[in-house]
Amino acid sequence: MYAQMVKSTGKGVTPREEMSDEERAFQDRVDADIKIEPRDWMPEGYRKTLIRQIGQHAHSEIVGQLPEGNWITRAPTLERKMILLAKVQDEAGHGLYLYAAAETLGITRDDMTEQLLSGKMKYSSIFNYPTLTWADMGAVGWLVDGAAIMNQVPLQRTSYGPYSRAMIRICKEESFHQRQGYDIMMKMAQGSEAQKRMAQDALNRFWYPSLMMFGPSDAESVHSAQSMAWKIKMNTNDELRQKFVDQTVPQAEFLGLTVPDENLKWNEERGHYDFSQPDWDEFFNVLKGNGPCNAERLSARQKAWDEGQWVRDGLLAHARKSAARKVAAE
Amino acid sequence: MSSVTPGELPDSEGKGKSPRHEWPLWEVFIRGQHGLNHRHVGSLHAPDAEMAIKNARDVYTRRNEGVSIWVVESRHISATAPGEKGPLFEPSESKIYRHPTFYDIPDDVGHM
Amino acid sequence: MADIDQTALLQFLLRMGDNTLILGHRVSEWCGKAPVLEEDIALANTALDLIGQTQLWLGYAAEVEGKGQTADDLAFLRDAWDFRNVLLVELPNGDFGQTLMRQFFFDAWSSILMPRLANSADPRIAEIAEKAAKEVAYHVERSADTVVGLGDGTEESHKRMQAALDYLYPYVGEFFLSDDGDAALAAAGIAPDPASLRAEYDAFVERVMARATLTLPEDRFAHSGGRNGRMHTEHLGHILTQMQWLQRAYPGNTW
Repeated sequence: MYAQMVKSTGKGVTPREEMSDEERAFQDRVDADIKIEPRDWMPEGYRKTLIRQIGQHAHSEIVGQLPEGNWITRAPTLERKMILLAKVQDEAGHGLYLYAAAETLGITRDDMTEQLLSGKMKYSSIFNYPTLTWADMGAVGWLVDGAAIMNQVPLQRTSYGPYSRAMIRICKEESFHQRQGYDIMMKMAQGSEAQKRMAQDALNRFWYPSLMMFGPSDAESVHSAQSMAWKIKMNTNDELRQKFVDQTVPQAEFLGLTVPDENLKWNEERGHYDFSQPDWDEFFNVLKGNGPCNAERLSARQKAWDEGQWVRDGLLAHARKSAARKVAAE
Repeated sequence: MSSVTPGELPDSEGKGKSPRHEWPLWEVFIRGQHGLNHRHVGSLHAPDAEMAIKNARDVYTRRNEGVSIWVVESRHISATAPGEKGPLFEPSESKIYRHPTFYDIPDDVGHM
Repeated sequence: MADIDQTALLQFLLRMGDNTLILGHRVSEWCGKAPVLEEDIALANTALDLIGQTQLWLGYAAEVEGKGQTADDLAFLRDAWDFRNVLLVELPNGDFGQTLMRQFFFDAWSSILMPRLANSADPRIAEIAEKAAKEVAYHVERSADTVVGLGDGTEESHKRMQAALDYLYPYVGEFFLSDDGDAALAAAGIAPDPASLRAEYDAFVERVMARATLTLPEDRFAHSGGRNGRMHTEHLGHILTQMQWLQRAYPGNTW
């Protein structure tokens, strides 16, 4: 999910006979579910892929604050205001845990931020879509967090120790995110005519972008195969997307809302829902920078960075002065 | 312990630029209200120890009371290299008297 | 006498709740935009605490009012002229330094008031204040440290903090204005006379500003019109158009 544009080095999974002794020992540990820790030997491709994936996951959390942050000042009750604030704050915290995990691999947070702002590193495509009504707060929690959870739960078993532990912590805190989103959808779907319309409209706009979150089919992808062998990736994109559809359609039906897919149908033989693929052209356009909000998201992050420079510098200068005074006093 | 001194790792992406004045990295250890020891929970950036503790309160405890926080600058942590064998890691199996099951305590003594 | 007390009490509770509501709202505007992640999280904590306190103060206010309203009704359905917050909290965030300077001025006052209110003759007020006091103790430590850190930081941060101080200080005096309602509550042991907090406030603020290497203005002029509702700033109207829009556009809906 956060592996968009992540290309591990090499042309696919190295056959065991061609591995060096170190690589073989490494792979054995991964296969035995023994965690890889920061100072362990690891293939350079493993390190690079992880930095990219964890970093992009972290960026996604931070940029993900913006579409929801958009509605904090307009939350319709004190309770909703607090819940939304707490959720967005959690996302900042999750970004922090993930940056911390990535930093154990030899990159700094500032470096990762620079790569985000220059476009070298990406964030999840979904956050390039606008939040236009209060019902979007419901849709984001229900669908976007729902998709993210689907990806995050298996990642708790990922091979890299700090990433795995960050995911465990995140999953614990994630539990209320999806529920509060669905709760908003329920209130809307059972509310006034205008609210029902808002809820259906939100589902219409967020359904396909949520499916896109899992990424295109990786049946052909050599990079996916290597990531799976290294347990950086735990399921295929198609697997997760199918699971998400199967789980979410009944939830939509319970709300009395219609999923915007005429081809959506339960397939008794497969034991799954048949559904339409999202428009992958749209997805690649968004990745390229042509989504509805790409420019706004990045410029907001750039602004926060630029306008915060004097603050970071000021507090650091003070800390150094204080330390010097302490030494002088001793 | 999953912490590490970043400077000792091989150069990855993004290094080699002019040094920014980045806040130092701190490792955070928390002992919960009913906990027995401090456990490593992650890291964060702060300009000094005092702010690191305040940030740790906000980030890692969400301000639960009665919690003890330690912070250490990451660069001050020394760690063993994994796979190190030898005197540091003499297997405890060879010192069986350290294991409670070695001793045959009569039942009358009660729970021990 | 009881009626007067009730009016004075309601006024007091609205003042307390409107302060935390408007300030909490202002601080929440920083979400996703703070200079550094750790500060983003800290500001969100502050905003959460303030809005939580709002629910308590306005909840009690609604009961005292006795018209069957809720805290939400008071927050989302009153027009600007019925708000009783001090002007300080409705001022724009400005840069991060201005936000933290405003926060410090508020926290310093709150940190002196809450312990007094914890001894209120009104048990409900005492309960709310006791809970808020713990949060405020943490807030004031953080905001004071940031004011000091930025005041005594770089040349640029010092300049910005001095500018923030110069802009905000004329709004600080409003905390300490007293009217007949305040006098009645003080006489009844429900809340201290606002003016009685000034000396302690000044001493505390002076200590912090000295450490921050910042200069307090000589002029003690104080803008007013917020806590008595006579004249808010232009900013409050804009805040309310954001905050109240959904409830106004879709009246009577459940959210």
